[in-house]
Amino acid sequence: MIAARRGGPVVLRLGRLALVLNAVVIFAFLYLPILILLIFSFNATRSVAHWEGFSLAWYQRLFDNVSLLRAARNSLLIGLVATVVATIFGTMTALGMDRFRFRFRTTFDVVLYLPIVIPEIVLGISLLLFFNLALFPVVEAVVPVRLTLGLPTITIAHIAFCIPFVYVIVRARLAGFDRTLEEAARDLGANEWNTFRRVTFPLLLPGILGGALIAFTLSLDDFLVTAFTAGTASPTMPLYIYSLVRRGVTPEINALSTVLLAASISLVIVSLALQRRS
Amino acid sequence: MKAGVRRRSRGPLLVVPSALWLGLFFTLPLIIVILISLVERGRAGGVRTPLVFTLEYYQRLADPLYLSILWRSVRIALVVTSVCVLLGYPLAVFMSRSLVRVRGALLLLVMIPFWTNFLVRTYAIKLMLGADGLVNSLLVSTGMVQAPLSLLFNEFAVVLGLVYGYLPFAVLPMYASVEKFDGRLMEAAADLGANLRRAFLRVMLPLTLPGVLAAVVLVFVPVVGAFITPDIMGGGKIEMIGTLINRQFGVARNWPFGSAMSLALMVMVVIGVLYYFRSGAETERPL
Repeated sequence: MIAARRGGPVVLRLGRLALVLNAVVIFAFLYLPILILLIFSFNATRSVAHWEGFSLAWYQRLFDNVSLLRAARNSLLIGLVATVVATIFGTMTALGMDRFRFRFRTTFDVVLYLPIVIPEIVLGISLLLFFNLALFPVVEAVVPVRLTLGLPTITIAHIAFCIPFVYVIVRARLAGFDRTLEEAARDLGANEWNTFRRVTFPLLLPGILGGALIAFTLSLDDFLVTAFTAGTASPTMPLYIYSLVRRGVTPEINALSTVLLAASISLVIVSLALQRRS
Repeated sequence: MKAGVRRRSRGPLLVVPSALWLGLFFTLPLIIVILISLVERGRAGGVRTPLVFTLEYYQRLADPLYLSILWRSVRIALVVTSVCVLLGYPLAVFMSRSLVRVRGALLLLVMIPFWTNFLVRTYAIKLMLGADGLVNSLLVSTGMVQAPLSLLFNEFAVVLGLVYGYLPFAVLPMYASVEKFDGRLMEAAADLGANLRRAFLRVMLPLTLPGVLAAVVLVFVPVVGAFITPDIMGGGKIEMIGTLINRQFGVARNWPFGSAMSLALMVMVVIGVLYYFRSGAETERPL
């Protein structure tokens, strides 16, 4: 007992030192590669290893690159549509599942969680097979059109995997919801719609925005599901980056990465601000 | 009574859009995968028409070649998950013990990689390990090696890339658990005569286990089916189940075999997650 007491402070001090060291090593490991990537995006030559002077040439080239700009536009377009649809559907589902009891409710709850846990590549190939071997042949048999994979199929797929994430986040927000506030509004004479608009919706808003933010990020970053549902005509940003990275290492990718990094840092700050408000 | 009837009919109405969407674009596609895995392939991709039923592709999964790739994926996922948890847990403890203002900054530092495009981060770590990346530059300039080492395109590079990619996914849920843990419980355990190791194993670890289990699932599930990291860091030399499935839908043009493999992967992952939910439920009960 006494021995343990005497050893205690030393052990604790060593432990604290180990914790600090561990944190320093991890953050260095996480940020050193990003820092180097960022530095060499400003390099004057094609090298990503030897510093030859400051230049913004690679950024200039990004903004002149037509296929890159088209990929960025595709990504933003898909991201916006997928986010709006998935946020509306996911929020409605969270409200329905939280407040009402109906048949198949438990089964549907499982279906809602499945897309989150099954591997992305399985989602991707299942949609590829579905579009090519089921949906397209059936539609083409009814209407005389020729269907191919492209922006609409990517958007459909993104909405499908975003709904569950919005649902989970809004549902969590509903779990801590004080229902007496709604009852008070009803007692004070508000009808159902006004109660929702003036009480329920504002209180849920941080959860809904959080869900929308996750959906938007997931859609913008998705590679695997997109790769299987994109066909050949319409690359998104991740598909474009992948094709560049496969071909080799250039400061142009560094510059593009830096722009995306800046965008995600702003997203993190927005999401933290949202959390603080809630 | 009237309100009661309305209540009952409104619930389904709210979930109808999602139910239709997920039914059509999630459940139905999965059923089609099962169907395709059971029929013969076509000559140039797709399936042979009219459909011919076969179990051939499931038998092929038992081939030692494919079993070894499956085993490698599981082994890599286990190693990556262990490393992420063993490094991430102490980091979570450190973060939760920091001053409030520092804690916010540290949380931000963990969240930035979490939100950053995965391809961008994989590219960043690939740059580090490349022939003229930072690691090799340091090794050569300090004279530790004569010529740059080839650090990429091997299993170690894939594991490192995966740890780099998924470490933030492990830290965040463990931080959420550790932060809620009341440090005074450790003092109480010490006062009752437990040493540090015993207090950790008997008090802190059981109480923060839900966070650890969440970290395990969040890392293991995507890593076992990973495609980007083995593809970019392994350069086509390190085959994992994700790259193998992708190949069946690309150059190999064997959709039924790719479907059978996907189902094997899915069953493995879903069983793992169910096991997690059961063990998670058991640990939460004594609280």
